[in-house]
Amino acid sequence: MKAQILTPASKSVRAAQAAGDRRNGKSKSDGWWPWLFVVPTVAGIGVFYLWPIVQTFYYSFTKWGVFGGTKFIGLDNYVRLFADSTIPQSILNTLIYTVVVLLGIPIAVILASLIERPGLRFAALYRTLYFIPYITMPAAVGIVWRLIYNGDFGPINWFLGLFGIQGPYWTSTPGFALLAVATVGLWMSLGFNLIIISAGLREIPRELFEAAEMDGASRVRQFFSITVPLLTPSIFFVTIVTVISGFQLFDLLYVMMGKANLAMPQTQSLVYIFYNQAFLQNDKGYAAAIGILILVIIALLTAFQFRIQKRWVNYV
Amino acid sequence: MNHNVTRRSFLSFAAAGAAVVSLAACGGNSAAGGSAAKAAYAAPAKDLSAELSYAIWDAAQKPAMQKIVTEFNKQYPNILVTIDVTPSKGSAYWTKIQTQASSNTLPDVFWMNGPHIKLYAQNNQLMPLDGLVSGKAVDTAHYPKALVDLYTVNGAFYGVPKDFDTSALFYNKALFKEAGVSEPTSSWTWDDVKSAGAKLSKFYQGKGVYGYAGDLTGGQTSYYNTMIEAGGTIISADGKKSGYDTAGSIAGLQFWRDLIESGVSPSMQQLTDTSSSDMFTSRKLAMTMDGSWTVGPAQKALGDDLGIVSLPKGPKSNQSVIHGLANVIPANAKNPAAAQAFVAFLGTQDAAKIQAETGTVIPAFNGTQDAWVKAVPSVDLTVFLDLAKDASPYPASANTAAWNELENTLLPQAFAGTKPVADVAKDLASQMNAALAKES
Repeated sequence: MKAQILTPASKSVRAAQAAGDRRNGKSKSDGWWPWLFVVPTVAGIGVFYLWPIVQTFYYSFTKWGVFGGTKFIGLDNYVRLFADSTIPQSILNTLIYTVVVLLGIPIAVILASLIERPGLRFAALYRTLYFIPYITMPAAVGIVWRLIYNGDFGPINWFLGLFGIQGPYWTSTPGFALLAVATVGLWMSLGFNLIIISAGLREIPRELFEAAEMDGASRVRQFFSITVPLLTPSIFFVTIVTVISGFQLFDLLYVMMGKANLAMPQTQSLVYIFYNQAFLQNDKGYAAAIGILILVIIALLTAFQFRIQKRWVNYV
Repeated sequence: MNHNVTRRSFLSFAAAGAAVVSLAACGGNSAAGGSAAKAAYAAPAKDLSAELSYAIWDAAQKPAMQKIVTEFNKQYPNILVTIDVTPSKGSAYWTKIQTQASSNTLPDVFWMNGPHIKLYAQNNQLMPLDGLVSGKAVDTAHYPKALVDLYTVNGAFYGVPKDFDTSALFYNKALFKEAGVSEPTSSWTWDDVKSAGAKLSKFYQGKGVYGYAGDLTGGQTSYYNTMIEAGGTIISADGKKSGYDTAGSIAGLQFWRDLIESGVSPSMQQLTDTSSSDMFTSRKLAMTMDGSWTVGPAQKALGDDLGIVSLPKGPKSNQSVIHGLANVIPANAKNPAAAQAFVAFLGTQDAAKIQAETGTVIPAFNGTQDAWVKAVPSVDLTVFLDLAKDASPYPASANTAAWNELENTLLPQAFAGTKPVADVAKDLASQMNAALAKES
């Protein structure tokens, strides 16, 4: 559900296409047969994404029996949705989580520019190390972090104890729990962000830095005046992906919090409430309405980001 | 990036965003069933050829189940049984079974538990097994009555009891000895356990060792028992009304709040981070209320330091909730004759003995429990059998999971002291009543 369908290398692909066009000296229509190549993808998206969205939209107007059998109930699920007091809190929780994970982007930019410094030894090793958390199952990561955060026996509180600080019960104290989960989310996202931003860095022409160097610009000045502005397309891309995956927070939360957690109301995400209604309360019609709400929020946030990108994203 | 790419990316973002929504769309329509198999069952011919899938959730019990299948094949050599384990941790098993039920692809035989039996039986997902009883293939007198009642819904018998579990008081003899506190006996009361727990917590203060705690992330090995011991109920006998707002129930919940407030028990947050069972097996807890299924791990961890006695007596009684699994067959079984033959065999004394010898669970078949008792000779495990005799049936309704979730959301606040116990109990009762009203 992350971003595996996206093609971050689209830029270089287009560069290659452009080169091809130049060789042919023209750009012409290729007829119908290229469509054959996209049929598997289009069919996959149609069957596994678009059709379920249509169905979910329909089911959000129904009462869904535990074992199937639906009854059309009009807007009842939505009326309930807007009266449900846990929804605003969970939207806020999800937003806080997303904002914390977004802080991982500047960190990734700094790390990437350190790793991509010309002549750095073991650069591939560092990239791999940062990428491992991203490809590890969130459930496994969650279980390990649950132990790390353990209030009585976890290494974090042991370390704090060395300085005489009594650490909190990280995953079961309201407030701390959300930050604890978000920090792990940030850590997991670093690897992906790092790879995208590294690729962006390598596309910045070296001559720009050489010219800046001649003009006497310091390393820091080069970073803020050349690196960051020319990285904005990559940064924009990871921002979009981060916001979308932030709003899909579930598995980490589910594994790290456990059931009967005192901090759950101040931590649960929208998808967690969706899961709760669909699979614990057996109220799948209402869950479908929550799913539509999540879709609408993600679509609005993404559209908004596309709107404001003109103000800060620089395309070469 | 030009406009083209932007739009293409946007479409794929939208697709990614939609993935979560599509989760909701799994499942479909189910056929109604449940009319078959009222007629008396007659054992099929020995050369009946069939393939059966048997879904279970406990990998630790797979060897015993495999052994039972081997014995079964001595009678029916041509019935091939495939055991399919889906770990239940995180309720994956039930998510899977429910999806299978919705798409008419349920396994031929599968494990059922208390919280789910009414949901499946009332929605016509299960085959009534009265035919097995009238055909004399299964005799319900062989199993604890509370279990047979649990699996009888609207007068029809749906599940052949497989095993059962009750809760008792576990303690660590070494921790008692070191603190100079006399060990618990089966005639202890709530006050005894509170005062001994206070002494122990005081003695071990600063060492992270506590006197007494239970698993408060679910009721079965903690507050369900104390609520009943104080004269309360969790749910009315007809499964239509919550019992959380009765005085006895509130007293049963208050018991655990008092333990936490006085420092006898670790806090709610500590128990969320580290389960009481884990604390007990790592010698950080002198006494705990726990289920019979933890005898094996506890004995492994503590050896001869493990002691077990009956539950401390509350204001009304010392009683445990009894729960047990059963083997069930889906309503639209592909091969009802073979499935019934297998379920009947799973309910026999022979199958029960195989389970008992592996020591993992207490078999439901009366008289076969001795082998289980003898599996751990250093402790007197008969307390679990004695507690089973007048045990209270596991609280369940048609959609138990809905109000279990309410318990998990609301009760931690009561135990942690952020809200008064009585207020939380009354709030829980009204929300639970609303959930129960939706069932019908």
